[in-house]
Amino acid sequence: MSVPGHLSEHGHWHRIQTEAIDCGAAQAWLSADLVSAAGATVLFTGQVRSEQGQVATLSLEHYPGMSDKVLATLVEDVARRWPLLKVLAWHRIGDMQAGDTIVVVGVAAAHRQTAFEACSCLMDRIKTEVPLWKKVSGPGGSGWVDARDADLAAARRWHEQDGADER
Amino acid sequence: MIRILFFASLRERLGEAETTVAAEPALSTVSAVRAALAARTDGRWAEALSPEERLLVAVNEVMATPDTAVGDGDVVAFFPPVTGG
Repeated sequence: MSVPGHLSEHGHWHRIQTEAIDCGAAQAWLSADLVSAAGATVLFTGQVRSEQGQVATLSLEHYPGMSDKVLATLVEDVARRWPLLKVLAWHRIGDMQAGDTIVVVGVAAAHRQTAFEACSCLMDRIKTEVPLWKKVSGPGGSGWVDARDADLAAARRWHEQDGADER
Repeated sequence: MIRILFFASLRERLGEAETTVAAEPALSTVSAVRAALAARTDGRWAEALSPEERLLVAVNEVMATPDTAVGDGDVVAFFPPVTGG
């Protein structure tokens, strides 16, 4: 089933989707109609790793309703923190194969430093805050992926900086 | 009635995606609800919901803490640390 997602009038587009992610469409949307203002777009894509053949398929579970709500909040947060012209975050759920795109996150801004930082922050927070869970299957069986401390540390860095900005 | 949801590995360990508990004054916080569920006679519940298990919780689709208040009509979701992206 197709999930249309939510495109706000301020140039934010987030969605949780079961169909394949079209990275070209994401890049085209980010860079369209911005000739006068945007000097930079940064697009991050995440793919299913095969882990040397140990992972054949990945199933991504979500908390329906809450996943979309949290993703929307994170998009709004980065758009408030940095001067961005566009923000996009599409996350796939359901069954995928090794090599498939799981997530695409992108921003458009006047300058590259802003774009890199905002995109990195959004991705770090998606990994640690949106209610999504990966289960991988391969020749050795199947199992849930454990959360990584390194991901939590990466996300915490942004929260600490945010606190420092406000002081 | 308080509706309780479980996701991912926790759902599989319990063998259930959701359950309910009757709202009562003694079950006024997330931690009280978790303890009541862990006390269910089937040993699976005690193990999967024990305080040593690192779980996250949301009340009405907003991240919550053990002290967050819950009451009649609320939806409380327990789940393992998230692994999207």
